Amino acid sequence: MPSLGADMDEGTLTEWLVKPGDKVHKGDIIAVIDTAKSAIEIESFHTGIVDRLIVPVGETVPVGTVLATITPPEAEAVTTAAAQPVTVPAGPVTAAAKAEAPPKVTGEQPAEAASPLIRQLARRLGVDLTAVRGTGRAGEITQADVRRAAAAPRPAPAPAPVTREKPGVAARQPVTPLARRLAAELGVDLAAVTGTGPGGAVREGDVRRATAAGQPTAPAAPLPRQAPERAARTAAERALAMRQAIGRLMARSKREIPHYYLSNTVDLTAVMNWLHERNRELPVSGRLVPAALLLKATALALRRVPELNGYWQDDHFNPGDGIHLGVAISLRGGGLVTPAIHAADSLTVAELMGSLKDLVTRARAGRLRRAELTEATITVTNLGDQGVEAVFGVIYPPQVALVGVGRPAERPFATSGLVGARPVVVTTLSADHRATDGFTGARYLTTMADLLQRPEEL
Amino acid sequence: MSEARTRGTAPGRPSAQSPARGRAAAGSPDAAHRRELLRQMMLIRRFEEKTAELYSGGEIRGFLHLYIGEEAVAVGINQALTGDDNIVATYREHGYALVRGISADAVMAELFGKATGCSGGRGGSMHLFDSSRRFYGGYAIVGGGLPLAAGLALAGKMRGDPGVTACIFGDGAVAEGEFHETMNLAALWDLPVLFCCENNRYAMGTALEREHAQTDLALRAESYGMTAWPVDGMDVLAVEQAARRAAEAVRAGGRPHFLELRTYRYRAHSMYDPDRYRDKAEIEEWKKRDPITTLADRMRAAGEITDDEFASIDDKLAGEIAESVAAARAAPWEPAEDLEKFVYSPGPS
Amino acid sequence: MSTPQPTTYREAMRAAIRDALQRDDRVFLMGEDVGRYGGSYAVSLGLLEEFGPERIRDTPLSESAFVGAGIGAALGGMRPIVEIMTVNFSLLALDQIINNAASLLHMSGGQFSVPLVIRMATGAGRQLAAQHSHSLEGWYAHIPGIKILAPATLEDARGMLWTALEDPDPVLIFEHASLYNLEGTLAPDAGPVDISRAAVRRAGADMTVIAYGGTVGKALSAAGELAAAGIDAEVVDLRTLRPLDDATIIASIRKTHRVVLVDEGWRSGSLAAEVSARITEQAFYDLDAPVERVCTAEVPIPYPRHLEDAALPQVPGIVAAARRTVA
Repeated sequence: MPSLGADMDEGTLTEWLVKPGDKVHKGDIIAVIDTAKSAIEIESFHTGIVDRLIVPVGETVPVGTVLATITPPEAEAVTTAAAQPVTVPAGPVTAAAKAEAPPKVTGEQPAEAASPLIRQLARRLGVDLTAVRGTGRAGEITQADVRRAAAAPRPAPAPAPVTREKPGVAARQPVTPLARRLAAELGVDLAAVTGTGPGGAVREGDVRRATAAGQPTAPAAPLPRQAPERAARTAAERALAMRQAIGRLMARSKREIPHYYLSNTVDLTAVMNWLHERNRELPVSGRLVPAALLLKATALALRRVPELNGYWQDDHFNPGDGIHLGVAISLRGGGLVTPAIHAADSLTVAELMGSLKDLVTRARAGRLRRAELTEATITVTNLGDQGVEAVFGVIYPPQVALVGVGRPAERPFATSGLVGARPVVVTTLSADHRATDGFTGARYLTTMADLLQRPEEL
Repeated sequence: MSEARTRGTAPGRPSAQSPARGRAAAGSPDAAHRRELLRQMMLIRRFEEKTAELYSGGEIRGFLHLYIGEEAVAVGINQALTGDDNIVATYREHGYALVRGISADAVMAELFGKATGCSGGRGGSMHLFDSSRRFYGGYAIVGGGLPLAAGLALAGKMRGDPGVTACIFGDGAVAEGEFHETMNLAALWDLPVLFCCENNRYAMGTALEREHAQTDLALRAESYGMTAWPVDGMDVLAVEQAARRAAEAVRAGGRPHFLELRTYRYRAHSMYDPDRYRDKAEIEEWKKRDPITTLADRMRAAGEITDDEFASIDDKLAGEIAESVAAARAAPWEPAEDLEKFVYSPGPS
Repeated sequence: MSTPQPTTYREAMRAAIRDALQRDDRVFLMGEDVGRYGGSYAVSLGLLEEFGPERIRDTPLSESAFVGAGIGAALGGMRPIVEIMTVNFSLLALDQIINNAASLLHMSGGQFSVPLVIRMATGAGRQLAAQHSHSLEGWYAHIPGIKILAPATLEDARGMLWTALEDPDPVLIFEHASLYNLEGTLAPDAGPVDISRAAVRRAGADMTVIAYGGTVGKALSAAGELAAAGIDAEVVDLRTLRPLDDATIIASIRKTHRVVLVDEGWRSGSLAAEVSARITEQAFYDLDAPVERVCTAEVPIPYPRHLEDAALPQVPGIVAAARRTVA
């Protein structure tokens, strides 16, 4: 099938003007083809005897397809490069490739067909289901698929959860590019700057006035333009930068927040018994650990003591829009991140565990999402694994509390005058005295302890 | 020169006699010369046939306008031109390029788009250029080269150069405004242009009588105050004679002249043209006056060439063309990094 | 250089042409009514008498033919100045300008450059209605292969032509018709100027107004009004529309952070749109306000005075736009 124009991809053979055995000369018209434009006669570029008509009348074939073969006459030695039998017309290799279109990529589940659980998970993690390839049965999208999609590779995570905008405020305030750049350079927290431009836009002048007035500044977070450069830094450089950022944050916290500290020893006998029973029925990979129950109790207790779940800003307490537990995760090579488990109080213990495991994996792989790093309404630090009894941590501003959990261990315990060994854990609370006082803090810890006495209800 | 104005042919019929035939014109070519004319026409014929095959195979792309049937025109006109003259042609210019001396290798490579092409691969079939041979293209816009030709002639005149600017175009261009503006300007300013109208009777798919209210094109050229001759474009000797005479007249008097070369293309306007606007019988009629066959027959009859000699010319040409195809296939592509070259001249501006 | 004398833009352009004709035998002027009539804007008045009909050539009304002939003559070794009476008539020669002049160097693989200069009057403001009021220089600036100049001062009218004639590539010079009577002083032997840079006509710190050709004067007037209101405007004259001088434009934005673009072309797809895009690409983080444009309203230019005035960029519009950037 000859190419007769740049826009011709295929042609239909409508008429053969020769048959096998016919003698043809170079230049003879031997067939008629139909193209998108019109019917065209095609010629033979060779002399010889028609050997075989390969493409039948009525068939549409791509440009380059062999239509027929012609045997050159024996008397004339063909000195051209064409091999016998001569094909009509000589099609280039490139045209033949058009005949094989690459197979369509299958396996994508339309979003509507995914289960409600998957859809909810996707919504929560901000995953576009139409872009997820399902690996489940019949191409179904599984939870793992969704989590994998959410954990897409990106440059090194921000070292500290610095909130640029007021959490919970729906609309973004407009900021000019210049003002944004200046704010980053000068360490001005844009959330604290009032814009005087059209539509309340924050402009250069507003930022400069803010620094002049000495408003509290956020620790200098990395400039947006430097993000791509960050990925190129070495691990050591990244670790150092993270350390420095954490240092700045912790220093600010201690400087600004009046901390008070409470601790409580909790009897874990009920928890351990319940776990023992439960885990017997579960496969090893799915077995629950005490930490999961502790986290759930931490979250549920906040429902009863919401004054500890939120932010201190502009001289008053702003309750969080949900209970998003920040979990402190240490990273190999030093460093700490505190991504949040969203709506932790609504998850089952098993889901909490799954979330936690997933966060730890992704945190250590550097694949956390920005939203996860800025969302926490309270943070839990669990150094139980490291063996310390109790943790009195530093609150992450603008949060107002930090819950510490030590290592569950067997300790001598007196009940009804008798001393025995029982599993216990020390829970602690570091709290912002501007937001709450010891009374509230104590109520929280005792609530948590109570919840842990009825693990089946967690 | 008035006896050269033959207006006896009615529009629509090919002229049976050229004005020059039958007269013992001074300096008529000898046998070797005729052999050379024959060879040049066959070069064009075989080259065009080969490009048709390569285009069908997808190695030549874009548009391809074949000169098959019109060879006598390019060969004859070229005989009248020297190295001091300029040529401005159209998109159907492979034949002019070859007889002007641009190598088959350079033309073929240009059709392939390779860096060794005569326009560096940047132009393709419709834009062949060669500054060393004063070959000023290759234009895709019908009539687009005419004002340019007038300008080249103007420059030559202002600088006192002896040269003639040959301006080639077709019967379709005669309908374009740029043709009329240029004819007027050239006649008004006495510009040394040799206007050569290849009247092959079809402007793409529109026949002469459907294109022009007045189909006697030589007559229309005369209306600009310009000397105009119709010529039998299928007879290379007639074309050569007319072209030499006209070119001499331009050089001598510094005034433009017009030749209407009555010719015919056997193939469609371009490769992707279904050619539904012509009667096949008409093509067959014109083929009987094939410029190559008629000259070869005359020479055979006069004992100036044998069948073997003819075949040997053909074989040699086939070999040369095959080599140019091989060379074009092997030639390099211009690197894509050089894309933005040749937009402005290099150097400080 | 000798003492500056009072003169006009028109006289400066005439002096430039005379100077070129005297310096280089290859230069000649060709166009409608440039000889006997003295030029439709009187630019070439007296030149026919001085240089003769071979070098000052009156052409028939055949834009395509004489622009194409200019291209051919340039190819053939001359340095023609083709005068198209106004940009409105240049549309008849678009095939020659775009398909030949702009493309020959490229199509020929670098073999043939076209050292041609085309001069045209441009712009609106004299109630000449839709077909005689175009400002298409921004449109021409879209085409690779040609260069586009817009002299707005006497120095540029005098000095750009020579540099353009020395350029091996086609250069189009657009003379806003309202500028011919512009008065000023200039040394009689003022020489060539560059054709590749924009110029800061008024230095300022608070915001930038960028204009070219006929709108530079309006931009300067606007700057005067803004100064009285305490806003210090910088005014940049583009001078060359293709190639654009990014460096000067961006340096000004980096300094002032706010910009108004003035362009007598129609707003959509205007040259101002191109400059705005470049500012976003290269100076995004320096902007303290959105880029403002003051262009011609998207109507064919109407005949009655009040409507024509309303359609074209005017000083009050420039001032208002400037105020919006700093408000």
